[in-house]
Amino acid sequence: MIDTWAQLAYLAAAVCFVLALKGLSSPKTARTGNLLGAAAALGAMIVTFIAYELDNLPWIIGAIVVGCAIGIPAARRVAMTAMPQLVALFNGVGGGAAALVASLELSGAETVFPLAAAVLTVPVGSIAFSGSVVTFLKLQELITTRPVTPPAGPTLFGASLVAALVLAVFLYAGDGESAWLAAVLGLVALIVGVLLVLPVGGADVPIVISLLNAATGIAVAAGGYVLGNALLLIGGTLVGASGTILTRLMAQAMGRSISSILFGAFRGGSTAGGGAVSERPVRSAGADDVAIMLNYAQKVMIVPGYGLAVAQAQHTIHELAELLEGRGIEVSYAIHPVAGRMPGHMNVLLAEANVPYEQLLEMDTANGQLRNTDVALVVGANDVVNPAARDSPGSPIYGMPILDVDQAQAVVFLKRSMRPGFAGIENELLYNPRTTLFFGDAKDSLTGLVTAVKAL
Amino acid sequence: MDSEVALLTIFVLAAFTGYEVVSKVSSTLHTPLMSGANAIHGIILVGAVLVTGHADGGLELAIGVVATVLATLNLVGGFVVTDRMLEMFRGKKSTGGGA
Repeated sequence: MIDTWAQLAYLAAAVCFVLALKGLSSPKTARTGNLLGAAAALGAMIVTFIAYELDNLPWIIGAIVVGCAIGIPAARRVAMTAMPQLVALFNGVGGGAAALVASLELSGAETVFPLAAAVLTVPVGSIAFSGSVVTFLKLQELITTRPVTPPAGPTLFGASLVAALVLAVFLYAGDGESAWLAAVLGLVALIVGVLLVLPVGGADVPIVISLLNAATGIAVAAGGYVLGNALLLIGGTLVGASGTILTRLMAQAMGRSISSILFGAFRGGSTAGGGAVSERPVRSAGADDVAIMLNYAQKVMIVPGYGLAVAQAQHTIHELAELLEGRGIEVSYAIHPVAGRMPGHMNVLLAEANVPYEQLLEMDTANGQLRNTDVALVVGANDVVNPAARDSPGSPIYGMPILDVDQAQAVVFLKRSMRPGFAGIENELLYNPRTTLFFGDAKDSLTGLVTAVKAL
Repeated sequence: MDSEVALLTIFVLAAFTGYEVVSKVSSTLHTPLMSGANAIHGIILVGAVLVTGHADGGLELAIGVVATVLATLNLVGGFVVTDRMLEMFRGKKSTGGGA
């Protein structure tokens, strides 16, 4: 048992974590909250080094230096568009760390609860690790973003899950002494994690990140239980509980249930669209035509999507919006809750471009106004405006709340090509007679539009 | 057994606290909140340091060192990337105030 002062210091750090989460829940206090959390973590580390007699200090310090040398530049330099996959990766390594810590504590855990907690942490941490790596690969588009369902997927998943359970029981029964059993359990759990996330469709990946985040929290809490460390226990539990709530909130915002996200591709057998590009005619136009449409509109609603972010066009769209406003046209932005790659991601990206907060409309407000909108300008978004989510029960995205841009007088899509969106589903709206398509890279198209509007 | 029950009590109370703290959050802040929570569970670094500090033999030390590197990535990277995200929001606020 460590000194009382150190335990009190850990308690103070735990309280700071609660306040940090509380702060992060409100825009005004979010940054302070995050800094408070970081300060508490730093304090807890210093306490750990003073309060415990630690061997292998050079190794420990070296490992921390290496971690900082990789983590800080990665976090500083990552483009805001690629931020979700970095968060997924950071989450995964945390889960991996928890599993490794628990594996070292297995043989030391004697009594019922700590032993059970250690046995639990190994698979949960491993699942969070491998699952997060797969979400990273999907978001980075290193592997396909479509649901991947191996032929024997459900059987394989079920079998590995059962195997993990059986191994865990044996490990527990053997008092956690068997190192190779723990290693096999970890490996099987890694496979479970991969099979769990592979079938998840691209648009649902953010929710899975949040779910795995909660899983890591639980693994950390269980690790803290094994070590008898209250700070780890509280910190991990806070994240486990808040992560679970957050996952549910996100799923609700997308009108999905968590089980349909995880197991929908297994169950439904829907092929998520063929991805084939149809040969039907569409109406396309150039910068000048679109500029005229915008210039003679009274109300324009911009619907930004991930394509806007990829093209780094958030500044150009802001320039276009200001130009139109200067001519007395009402401009606002309709932000779908999952626009971008994570809930709230688009707000971050537009804030980066200094778009005034009042112009960002949440989905319900935007849908109320779209009926009176002359032109809906959809920039690099697809799935979040796909009417199939509302009208076609067979579609994989059916039930997801969408922005009803088809209610506007006219719709302009700025798209790179006819390729379907992240979810891999064709969008009927593209073939609607009121829809105009303006092909090209979002940034080039928008720059062209700015020039064309100025010339009018 | 007493201290085990005490830890269990802490666990249950912390679960309710975590639940209450984030139950009313606008979707705007979902991403930073997830990222901040992600950083907080990086506190497993304390555990990683402890097991490395008590490791016997090469294999245990190696596992401990790997765990420490991974946990540092999670903790430090998590807080830095969250701060960067929130920086964007601050920029927005000053513009909004001027408009």
